[in-house]
Order: sequence, then C-alpha cells, then structure tokens
Amino acid sequence: MTNGNTTEGHVPKEPTPSLVVNGVSHAFGDKTVLSNVSLTVQQGAFVVLLGLNGAGKSTLFSLVTRLYDNVSGEIIIRGFDVRRKPSHALQKLGVVFQSRTLDSDLSLLQNLKYHAALHGFSGAEATARAMHVLGVVGLAERANEKIRALSGGQARRVEIARSLMHRPDLLLLDEATVGLDIGSRESVVKIVRDLVHREGLGVLWATHLMDEVKAGDQVVVLHKGKVLFAGGVSDFLKSTGKDSVSAAFRSITGSDAAIEEAA
Amino acid sequence: MAPTDTVNGTARMVAAERAEAAARRIGISGYLACFNGIVWREVLRYLHQRERFFSALVRPLIWLFIFAAGFRQTLGVSIIPPYESYVLYEEFIAPGLIGMILLFNAMQSSLSMVYDRETGAMRTLLVSPFPRSFLLLSKLLGGVSVALLQVYAFLFVAWFWEIRPPAISEIKLFTMYDPPLWLGDAFGSVKEPIVISLMGLPSFMQPFAGYITVIPALLIAGLMLGSLALFMSSVIKQLENFAGVMNFVIFPMFFASSALYPLWRIREASPLLYEICRLNPFTYCVELIRFALHGQIDTVSLVVVLACTAAFLAAAVYAYNPSKGLIARRGGPGGSA
Repeated sequence: MTNGNTTEGHVPKEPTPSLVVNGVSHAFGDKTVLSNVSLTVQQGAFVVLLGLNGAGKSTLFSLVTRLYDNVSGEIIIRGFDVRRKPSHALQKLGVVFQSRTLDSDLSLLQNLKYHAALHGFSGAEATARAMHVLGVVGLAERANEKIRALSGGQARRVEIARSLMHRPDLLLLDEATVGLDIGSRESVVKIVRDLVHREGLGVLWATHLMDEVKAGDQVVVLHKGKVLFAGGVSDFLKSTGKDSVSAAFRSITGSDAAIEEAA
Repeated sequence: MAPTDTVNGTARMVAAERAEAAARRIGISGYLACFNGIVWREVLRYLHQRERFFSALVRPLIWLFIFAAGFRQTLGVSIIPPYESYVLYEEFIAPGLIGMILLFNAMQSSLSMVYDRETGAMRTLLVSPFPRSFLLLSKLLGGVSVALLQVYAFLFVAWFWEIRPPAISEIKLFTMYDPPLWLGDAFGSVKEPIVISLMGLPSFMQPFAGYITVIPALLIAGLMLGSLALFMSSVIKQLENFAGVMNFVIFPMFFASSALYPLWRIREASPLLYEICRLNPFTYCVELIRFALHGQIDTVSLVVVLACTAAFLAAAVYAYNPSKGLIARRGGPGGSA
C-alpha cells in the first residue's frame, strides 16, 4: 500500500469516510508542493500525517480547509466535495491550526461564543455548546477567565474545544503539540484520542513527532509533496523492516534529518 | 486504508448515526448570528484595548486643539458650500478629522487582519461555512462599528469646544457642488436639490440633527476605506510593513485631500496638486461627511464614494477568493508549505 492509491476499490460499506483526498496536486508558480496525494480518514480513525517541515503538510491542510482551492484532484469531507459544496463540507470540519487563534484579551467563553457565531449559533445555544466543549477538555470552571491567564497547554485545549463547537465529523490538527511540555502534550493527545473512541470522530493529526504514533494508528508519510506510505503502523514497520516508527520513517524517506524522538 | 481495530463498537454506532445526519441548512438566523458575532468580537476587542481607544481619540483632538487653533489666524475660510457664513478653521477641519479617524481605523483593522493572518485567527474566520464575501463584509462592518464609536467620542469632546454641526431645519438631497470637469453637464443641469423639511422636528432636537444625518455618510465612507484596507491586507506580507502603509497610504491620502484646506485654496497654490486632490477618493469621503453634517447629500461625493467602495470591495473579495485571488497564488495567509 504505497504511493497513494489508497482509496481505490474502497467503496464503503462503512459509513462515509470523514475525509477522502484523491489525487491532489498543488503548485505555487513553478514550485510543486503536493504531487498526486491521496489518503483516507475513516470515521473513528486516528490518522497520523508524518512529515518533516516543508513536506507539504500545511499546504494540504490549507487545501482541505479551503483556504485556497485544489487545482487538481478532489477533496471530500463526509461526502461533500470541498470545492463544489464548500458550505456543507466546512460544516463537517473542525480545525486546530498550528498558530494560535484565540483573543488573549477575551474570556474563554467570549472566544468560544465568537466561534459559535461563525457557525451560525447564538444566544443560549452558543453558551450551551461552549460550556459542553469546555467540559470535554476539562476547562469548564475557567470559562470566564481570560485566555491570557491560561498556560500553553490549556490554551491548546481551548483551541480543541473551539474546533468541536459545531460537532464536526472530521478533526484536523496541525502540529497541535508543538511548543508544549510533556505533561501538556500528553493531555492534549489523550483528549483527542478519547474523542476518536467516544464520538467516532475521524482525526487527521499532522506532526513531526514520531513518539505520538501509537500501535493501532494509521500512518500517512508525506515527503517532499508525495505520499510514500499509507497504512497501519504494523504494516509500516513490516514493510521497512524496522522496529521503531522513527527508524522506519528515516528509512522510507532516506533522510537523516533530525527527527525528534521525544520532546 | 481500512478502519483500524481501535474502532470500538460504540464509535462505530456513533459514526453510523452521523452518516445519516445531512449537512445543516443555514438560515437567515444563522447569518444574523454570524454577523453579530463578528461585529461583536471587533467591538469587544476594541473595548478591551483601552490604549487603542485613547490613542484613537487623542490623535484628532491634538489636530483640533493645537494644529487648528494655531492655524485659525492664518487660514480664513470663506463662505463655500455647505457653509452659509464664515466658519472657524476648527469647524472647517472637523469633518476632515472625522475622515482621519475612519482612515486610521480602517488601516488599523487592516493591520489587525495581517496580524490575524499571522496568528491564524483569519483562518478560523475563513473556515466558517458561510460565503467568504459575507464573512469579509461582516468583518468590515465590524471595523466600521468601532470607527463609529471613535467618531462619536470625538464629536462628544468637540461639542464642549463648541465645534458642533449647525441646527438643521431641512435636509437637502442631491446638492451639486463643484462637479469635476469630466462629469460635463451630465449633472450640471440639476441645480435644484430635493428638500425635505424638518419643521416637524421639535426645535430642541434640531441642533442634534446633524449627528444623525451624518451616520449614513460615516457608514459609506468607512466601508470604502475599510474595503481598501482589506484589499491591502491581502497584499501586505508582513506586519512590519505598516510603517510603509503610514507613509505611502495614510499620509498622502490625508494631506492631498480637502480635509485640512478647502480645495480652492489648493488650486490657487498649485493646479497640479488640486487635480491630485480631486482624484483622491478620500477627498470625497470628507466632503460627503462635511455635507452630511449639514443635512445635505453632495451628489458627486456620494457617487464617487459608492463607486470606489464597489471597486475596492470587489478587489478585496477577489484577493481572498480561494481559487483565483492573491491568497491562492501566494500560498495564503500564514501559509508556509
């Protein structure tokens, strides 16, 4: 299962996949950033998108979030083509961006209510949703504090809460644990993994931290704009003949670049 | 890629339920909620940044109390429409200073958009399921609301300085003053404005009518400057470039306009500069506000400002268009591969 064509022959008896990326290529001017990228995130699957800086992860995320359109190929979120039905597709999508997106001068609740409004919720419903998702990330009792008062890890958890406000079916996280200490990293990862199990969310987790991959996960290796591998962790190790994810990654990408084993 | 073994029974069930849930249709109430949310965030953010409030207020007041007071004796303003008597210089530049508030605020919100872009807040706005043009327009009107707060704070202080709009007993629509040459006689023949009498208005309210009649002018002018700034925010790559915006946009627009001096004075000094001022859309913002404070609509200004708003807004929406615009070509806000 290499080089992309992972969606082939996979007409789902299962529920519609959270995300199908099919043959997507993208270039800025002459520079090809993504070339024929395909991957699938099923409902209830935790898919780790592994890639070094500059591998094309952020571009892929920009295309899936429709910051700009894909030029070739298709991106389908829960059956809705991002280009043809952007409004429907985006309703099914929750994103945690790499950079921070919260207003530090406003309270947690004010921040979340703003994002509820961006999905068309207001008043009591917005508050109820905000309090619910704050409960999910364990910060409900701090709803009226300012973002400024939170630690980096707590702010990340609010970002996750924010992305869950409209009950998405697909959650994208772009390097969500960058800059966090080990304790915070673990709590963020745990929250997201719990969501996968409990809610059946499909998660695409982009990272360059190999130790965030667990045995049961799906792995997609993106290198220089190409998908080099897509499949289960055990297949990944077997196909490369290595015993750790980072060794397998190094062997498949042929890179000696410093991969962080752990923070 | 098959679903993993980690998917347990519950997850499958929830997933199956979700599969049936079609995408929600967003109705008018959703649009309203979104619009309110965006505008409210702008206002909240503004109110939480007290220094921004005071600096926005102090700037025009310095011009009014120091600059204008100093120039009062050197610059006499003769009777030109809409004024019906000699006015103090302070009174003449008040609409210009209101224009300045709008201009600075628009550029500052454009700055905040570049900042948003760098931090990712702009991206959360753009992943909202609402049409992008609607989101951008809401964001613009949020900025204009903040500007309106600033304008009224300024007018409030100016009131104590006895810089007040005159009492208005009638509203004059579509007055024609100094139509540009290229307009020819197209409007020239329409000399008589439509007059709506406000005699029904209680006399104690007439002194305040100008504060109301200026609102539409503020909205349109604010929208024009905001959409210009929004377009610029898609072009500016870095936050640091704001100093450049100051030098190359704010100062030229402000000084080469009718904000500080009547155009006929400029014509006496330099015919070339006069033409430049007449090409400057900011001049028409100021004139629109000046006439509106007197309960009059200056047709030429209205047409120019509306046309510029449409053009700038179209450019901004195009720039943020996911498939065609500058965002797509350059890799987008905060976009690194």
